[in-house]
Amino acid sequence: MLEIKQIRKSFGPLEVLRGVDLRVEQGDVVAILGPSGSGKTTLLRCVNFLETANSGTMTFDGETFSLDRMTRKDIARLRKKTAFVFQDYNLFRNKTALQNVMEGLIIARKMPKDLALEISRKALQKVGMADREGHYPHQLSGGQQQRVAIARAIAAGPEIIFFDEPTSALDPELTGEVLAVMRQLADEGMTMLVVTHEMGFARTVSNKVIFMEDGVVVEEGPSREFFRNPREERSKAFLQTIRAAEMAE
Amino acid sequence: MSERLMELLLDSFWKILLPGLTATIPLTVIAFSFAMVIAVAAALVQFAKIKVLRQLCRFYIWVFRGTPLLVQLFVVFYGLPRLGIVIEPFPAAVIVFSLNEGAYCAEIIRAALESVPPGQLEAGYCVGMSYLQTMRRIILPQAMRTAFPSLSNSLIAMVKDTSLAANITVTEMFMVTQRIVARTYEPLALYIEVGLIYLLFSTVLTKLQNMGEKKLNIYEEQEA
Repeated sequence: MLEIKQIRKSFGPLEVLRGVDLRVEQGDVVAILGPSGSGKTTLLRCVNFLETANSGTMTFDGETFSLDRMTRKDIARLRKKTAFVFQDYNLFRNKTALQNVMEGLIIARKMPKDLALEISRKALQKVGMADREGHYPHQLSGGQQQRVAIARAIAAGPEIIFFDEPTSALDPELTGEVLAVMRQLADEGMTMLVVTHEMGFARTVSNKVIFMEDGVVVEEGPSREFFRNPREERSKAFLQTIRAAEMAE
Repeated sequence: MSERLMELLLDSFWKILLPGLTATIPLTVIAFSFAMVIAVAAALVQFAKIKVLRQLCRFYIWVFRGTPLLVQLFVVFYGLPRLGIVIEPFPAAVIVFSLNEGAYCAEIIRAALESVPPGQLEAGYCVGMSYLQTMRRIILPQAMRTAFPSLSNSLIAMVKDTSLAANITVTEMFMVTQRIVARTYEPLALYIEVGLIYLLFSTVLTKLQNMGEKKLNIYEEQEA
């Protein structure tokens, strides 16, 4: 469904992505793991054109594109099939929870208002935020904001949702409510590409893991295998560090 | 205070207030409206980094912020007729005040646009909105909220600056006061009186500003 080949991206002299391949099938929940600075977030941002890759191709729904030569039209068209959940939520600060969800439907997709309202309320209900629809972002906790952001993402019925460290900005006691919503989406068959530090989530929800370091994919495979028998030395070292950190907590 | 002076002050109050209503307020309202249009346009052009237009905006702002308002009034009203461009006093004042105020407000709005977190624009893109749609629906409203107190201050400053229009023969409050002083030789009382009327105008605007800010506070970040 989504295939990325040989994506490269540099910021000045710093090469952040050094030829990364990626394949996501429909219904996949892919966790992208790796230490900070490994290029995970940049990969996700390039795939949704928030950054322009220096080279690489992308195949989505049978259409192939050169990532460094995207037209504005193609970008706009592709973005309407995808959704993005940010680390720091990025809810529209001048809109209520409900308006945040409706905005894209009415403005970008020209949906009739009553239909958009119905869909948005359903989406908020799904993430357990129906009773807060009139609240502005600053009146909500981080976890609540992120759940509204997920409602905003699912409302337009995307084919795939990209999550960029969706729980990293949250206090530990709030990550659970966000992960629960993501787990529910995964169970319903939503295709998800998730950059995360949540090993619990990667282990139990994702069916596939991509482990990155220094701008390349070190190892990829079914989650179960990755966590039980990592093949690469660097994967092993990474998992050990994580386990040690989890033990310490 | 003598009875004559009391009577003079009362009598002149209405004489001064009248041009306030017919000149000072219309001049302020019209010029500030134009200034807002200019300012938003100039701020957006710079924010979007549109090549040539951006340079033009920088030049315009540089000139109008860097020269005295009084000089600008004189150039337009007394200078331009040399080139065959003759403009009536009131329209000349509107032009100069709009351009002058527009330059200051453009900088206020540009700074406010830049203070909106970049994630807001990215979020707009990610829900499928275009640059222009996101600017109009998300970024600009937030920037105008941030800019509101500064813009209100500019407006209040401008009400007072309109007294300079007396120099290009606009019959506004200050000019009328000067005429009464010339007739009655009561400069202290009358100039204080016109000052109080300006104070009245400013006070009303400050009250409106406070009300406006309260209304806009709905979505303001508490910690900001």
